[in-house]
Amino acid sequence: MAEVLVYVDHVDGAVRKPTLELLTLARRIGEPVAVALGAGAADTAAALAEHGAVKVLTHEAAEYADYLVVPKVDALQAAHEAVSPAAVLVPSSAEGKEVAARLALRLGSGVITDAVDLEAGDEGPVATQSVFAAAYTTKSRVSKGTPVITVKPNSVAVEAAPAAGAVEALSVSFSEQATGTKVTGRTPRESTGRPELTEAAIVVSGGRGVNGAENFAVIEALADSLGAAVGASRAAVDAGWYPHTNQVGQTGKSVSPQLYIASGISGAIQHRAGMQTSKTIVAVNKDAEAPIFDLVDYGVVGDLFDVVPQLTEEIKARKG
Amino acid sequence: MSLRIVVTVKYVPDATGDRHFADDLTVDRDDVDGLLSELDEYAVEQALQISENSDDDVEITVLTVGPEDAKDALRKALSMGADKAIHVEDDDLHGTDAIGTSLVLAKAVEKAGYDLVISGMASTDGVMGVVPALLAERLGVPQVTLLSEVSVEDGTVKGRRDGDAASEQLEASLPAVVSVTDQSGEARYPSFKGIMAAKKKPVQSWDLSDLDLEAEEVGLEGAYTTVDSATERPARTAGTIVKDEGEGGKQLAAFLAERKFV
Ligand SMILES: Cc1cc2nc3c(=O)[nH]c(=O)nc-3n(C[C@H](O)[C@H](O)[C@H](O)COP(=O)(O)OP(=O)(O)OC[C@H]3O[C@@H](n4cnc5c(N)ncnc54)[C@H](O)[C@@H]3O)c2cc1C
Ligand SMILES: Nc1ncnc2c1ncn2[C@@H]1O[C@H](COP(=O)(O)O)[C@@H](O)[C@H]1O
Repeated sequence: MAEVLVYVDHVDGAVRKPTLELLTLARRIGEPVAVALGAGAADTAAALAEHGAVKVLTHEAAEYADYLVVPKVDALQAAHEAVSPAAVLVPSSAEGKEVAARLALRLGSGVITDAVDLEAGDEGPVATQSVFAAAYTTKSRVSKGTPVITVKPNSVAVEAAPAAGAVEALSVSFSEQATGTKVTGRTPRESTGRPELTEAAIVVSGGRGVNGAENFAVIEALADSLGAAVGASRAAVDAGWYPHTNQVGQTGKSVSPQLYIASGISGAIQHRAGMQTSKTIVAVNKDAEAPIFDLVDYGVVGDLFDVVPQLTEEIKARKG
Repeated sequence: MSLRIVVTVKYVPDATGDRHFADDLTVDRDDVDGLLSELDEYAVEQALQISENSDDDVEITVLTVGPEDAKDALRKALSMGADKAIHVEDDDLHGTDAIGTSLVLAKAVEKAGYDLVISGMASTDGVMGVVPALLAERLGVPQVTLLSEVSVEDGTVKGRRDGDAASEQLEASLPAVVSVTDQSGEARYPSFKGIMAAKKKPVQSWDLSDLDLEAEEVGLEGAYTTVDSATERPARTAGTIVKDEGEGGKQLAAFLAERKFV
């Protein structure tokens, strides 16, 4: 059976959920061979094996943390040479897309970004994408070279499928470009203890209607009652009420949770672009004409400062 | 010293319009108004700020690959303050994908001459966010991308990239390819004077032969990806909408419980 390379997104050996989703999708096309790079690479093996990786290629080097993007492209190219895979799958993060694109160019291949589903086809893997702020669904293929495809988080339910997960050292020689862009400083993002926005099953977002940084406590309380991540519209971010890392939409994160709750958000096209593929959508807005109501499964026309705290209390009561 | 900046800008269908696909499954550019991609305005803005903060002679060229109407995007960038413009236009470019676009841009940037390329973070129609990385790969120069802060001094470009897990400080020597996010600072509006001045600024037109490119290398024919189908997403079935009469939160909780979220 053909092998499929899966690029592993991990933090010091802890594999992030989107990578496990990639393994699940990779098994539809062939046998997943994972590529884990940087500090802690070998520690990823157990989790990867449990989710179907037949092999885990690892390489540790300071370059992966000290220089931008290119060292990872070099490594994937080396893995491609070693394995001759049927496809290469990469998580659709900002960096993942850049790595994938440069790799594709080097391989003389095409690249598809932000797939939301993947299936085997007669002429290679077929990727489903959601375009024009999710107004259209397209199916496309890479028609030249080894398909390189990036897949959005929350596109598929993770399935365990134990496999050997044999660790093998990958040998990588870095290109001249590898050290072109130096990372001279790094400030890790502070953990809030809440789930990662793109990975969360439930996202609770606030917009301009929240009307102040301190009022975001109302949104956070609802999120915590549901074990959800917190999102924000660009209006709320631009006003300085919530960090940009939590922005949902075209120039923020694209999320696809089981449940999305929007409060005080009008539903502009650029916001919808980042949340329209959510499975269930709920909104609270005091304007009955707000476009967000066109998307909802359930909407409450009312003041969020009345509705949201009552909802939070009721959820807590129901959860006992 | 002089500093030659090339800003890549894309002409895109208006996101608030009714965007759709043409029969050949390329983006329909006929029925929707187009404009300079808002995200590329940030690139023009940063070029202007680098110029204003520099003691060097800075020349800003805006470059687009696109149909006849894409001139509007160049005109807007010129009225913001760029010095000159290059329009790469050729019927054979129809249907070019990201890999092909980066090839055309790389050839054009090299022909124009550059020390620094500045791109937007993503185009508002394709939203791939990969062209700047591809351009850097093709040019063989550092990519310093997705910056929310950028500065150029003594042949070095520095910037801040706010990633998923961390905020990083980056540094590279020129020549380099930079892309900037919408966090890099509001783009200026063209002044009346700027709009008038733009009318006199030079706009060069190049076709594929000017760039030593063959038709097969670009366009639908040269594309590395094939779109097999595009279907309009079925409208979401109308949901339940209630007016809060004091029990809105409880009603919502009941809905969430029914859907097993609580
Ligand atoms: C290139 C570009 C990229 C963009 N990218 C993004 C992006 O990534 N994400 C994004 O979100 N936006 C993005 N935008 C901005 C987008 O166009 C909208 O401006 C933004 O989404 C509006 O945010 P909002 O809904 O919070 O604010 P508004 O549109 O002002 O809506 C606020 C809503 O709150 C309601 N409200 C007010 N008070 C209350 C109350 N007490 N209780 C209940 N409801 C209340 C109002 O009725 C209103 O509907 C982008 C724009 C451009 C041009
Ligand atoms: N046809 C084009 N002409 C000029 N610049 C482009 C074109 N397509 C993409 N770009 C540049 O590349 C950036 C990223 O585009 P994309 O990878 O398509 O999302 C844009 O913000 C532009 O700066």
